[in-house]
Amino acid sequence: MTSMTSWTVANSRKLARRERRRRLGPLGMLSHLALAVWTVLVVVPILWTFLASVKSEDEIFGDAWSLPAALRWDNFQRAWDDFHIGQYMLNSVLVVSFSTFGTMLLGSMAAYVLARYPFRGNRAFYLLFVSGLAFPVYLALTPLFFVVQNMGNVPLIGPFIGLNTHAGIVLVYIAYSMPFTVFFLSAFFRTLPTAVAEAAMVDGASHTRVFFQIMLPMARPGLVSITIFNVLGQWNQYQLPLVLLQDREMWVLPQGIADISAAAGYDQDWSAMFAALTLAILPMLIVYTVFQRQIQSGLTTGALK
Amino acid sequence: MTFNRYRRGLFIAAFLAAPVALYLVYVISPYIQAFYISMTDWRGVTASPAFIGFDNFVRLFNDGNFWKAVQHNGALLLLLPLITIVIALFFAFLLNVGGAKGNEGIAGSKFYRVVFFFPQVLAVAVVAVLFQQVFRPDGSGMLNAPLMSLGLQPIGFLSDSDVAFWSVLGVMVWQAVGFYVVLFSAGLASIPRDMFEAAQIDGAGRVSLFFRITLPLLWDTVQVAWVYLGILALDVFAIVWVMTDQHGGPDWSTTVMAAEIYRNAFGYFRFGYASALGVVMFFFTVGFAFLSLRLSRRERIEY
Repeated sequence: MTSMTSWTVANSRKLARRERRRRLGPLGMLSHLALAVWTVLVVVPILWTFLASVKSEDEIFGDAWSLPAALRWDNFQRAWDDFHIGQYMLNSVLVVSFSTFGTMLLGSMAAYVLARYPFRGNRAFYLLFVSGLAFPVYLALTPLFFVVQNMGNVPLIGPFIGLNTHAGIVLVYIAYSMPFTVFFLSAFFRTLPTAVAEAAMVDGASHTRVFFQIMLPMARPGLVSITIFNVLGQWNQYQLPLVLLQDREMWVLPQGIADISAAAGYDQDWSAMFAALTLAILPMLIVYTVFQRQIQSGLTTGALK
Repeated sequence: MTFNRYRRGLFIAAFLAAPVALYLVYVISPYIQAFYISMTDWRGVTASPAFIGFDNFVRLFNDGNFWKAVQHNGALLLLLPLITIVIALFFAFLLNVGGAKGNEGIAGSKFYRVVFFFPQVLAVAVVAVLFQQVFRPDGSGMLNAPLMSLGLQPIGFLSDSDVAFWSVLGVMVWQAVGFYVVLFSAGLASIPRDMFEAAQIDGAGRVSLFFRITLPLLWDTVQVAWVYLGILALDVFAIVWVMTDQHGGPDWSTTVMAAEIYRNAFGYFRFGYASALGVVMFFFTVGFAFLSLRLSRRERIEY
């Protein structure tokens, strides 16, 4: 009986496959080929880097496609110790967690008030925020450098928010994330129903309480999308840290990686550079594989608003 | 009642104070200052910069390197959206409606979508270093090794000034395509299936399905993609600065506006001049945004 069913299953699968192939025709084959080619284009450079990260120096300078004779895990040791990849990654995590949290808190507060509370000047504030979407950040670079430098002279908190400080760049990230965050979230808050909030107000809840306990939980899908958008955007930021963080110990990961390929030339340590590159890619690959649905929808709904 | 209104006003002020303050200090004030600085001769050393009117802009007009940068941004502005959108539309169509029955996705479409999107989550600086290695000019380069083993001359992807620009464009397309495949797929998912089925019953093949049904219904999304890619092309910095020889070379063959601004400001400390370049870039960006808004007004198809 069991062998009978497994035979039918196998047979019907074979039939289905034949049927699919018949329907696919040459055009279908071609489309599969095109998709396969792009898959190769995406995957191979990354796998090639992973492979090079366990090669020896000589193997890297030899034929690019040779397999390593032995797996040299010590490349990773040197990437971690000599190229300070661990430090850069820690800096990145630190900066991005605070800046994304700050962006979401301040951005949703501003967006909520601008979306739900008509008052004189509301429109002006909204336009002020949204106009930032059209400005190229490069125009602001020079003055921004001096603004942050001057913040270093503010009494008491100055030393923490000046140049070469993580808190300083967190504030800059928050400010530059405002336009899109406010734009997106105020559109989102406008679509939420008012009845629940009104009922809570009648029951005596304060404006602040309504915001934190009712509106924020209701806005969750929008908050998730825009959080992912900001995390990735701030994690990938290269231009602002290049200007504002010049001490090596303060560097974030993209800065570190960009510098490593230059440094590897002097140190003659390309294998450690490949290991460092692998260490920068691998965590993103893992996080992406786990959250790919949320990441894809987060980034694309962000774009479509 | 007045007390309530007072509380409401207090709440609005309290919630807006911090975001607006940060935004004014770090975003608005630098932008305003930049316009003023662009009319001074401020360099790193001069303590009190002098106002020199439009001299920087006159000088900029004769700055060959800057105009090379503008040309490269212009070429990217045309080519990056065009190539990326064509490839992404093609794949999105295959993955969503190009399947065996003609109105559903091809087998394994979920897998392809996941793989294609991945480059998007990598930092641009990381991608730049990655491709620096892929593009190595000798047998240790991922692309040149097979060419050389076939007995062909290696290509100087980044060292040949005729090729380097195309390498930059290629990497940008490589990174962008996946995002737009997913974006267009989301657009396609919102088109009712009956549309495709009805067209097929009427005898539409895959090609006419694409041009008669998919493309017109996706037009709004394509426009969004065009604007996003256009801004990406105007704003490009990290890929050029990190990947190419001499930050925009060889011989200024890949430089872009953002790289020239950064080089002038923080390489040569010509703050006034760099700000003038920034102002020009600002007008290009605003001009592009304005144009695309004007051109995108078109009848929307309701379904």
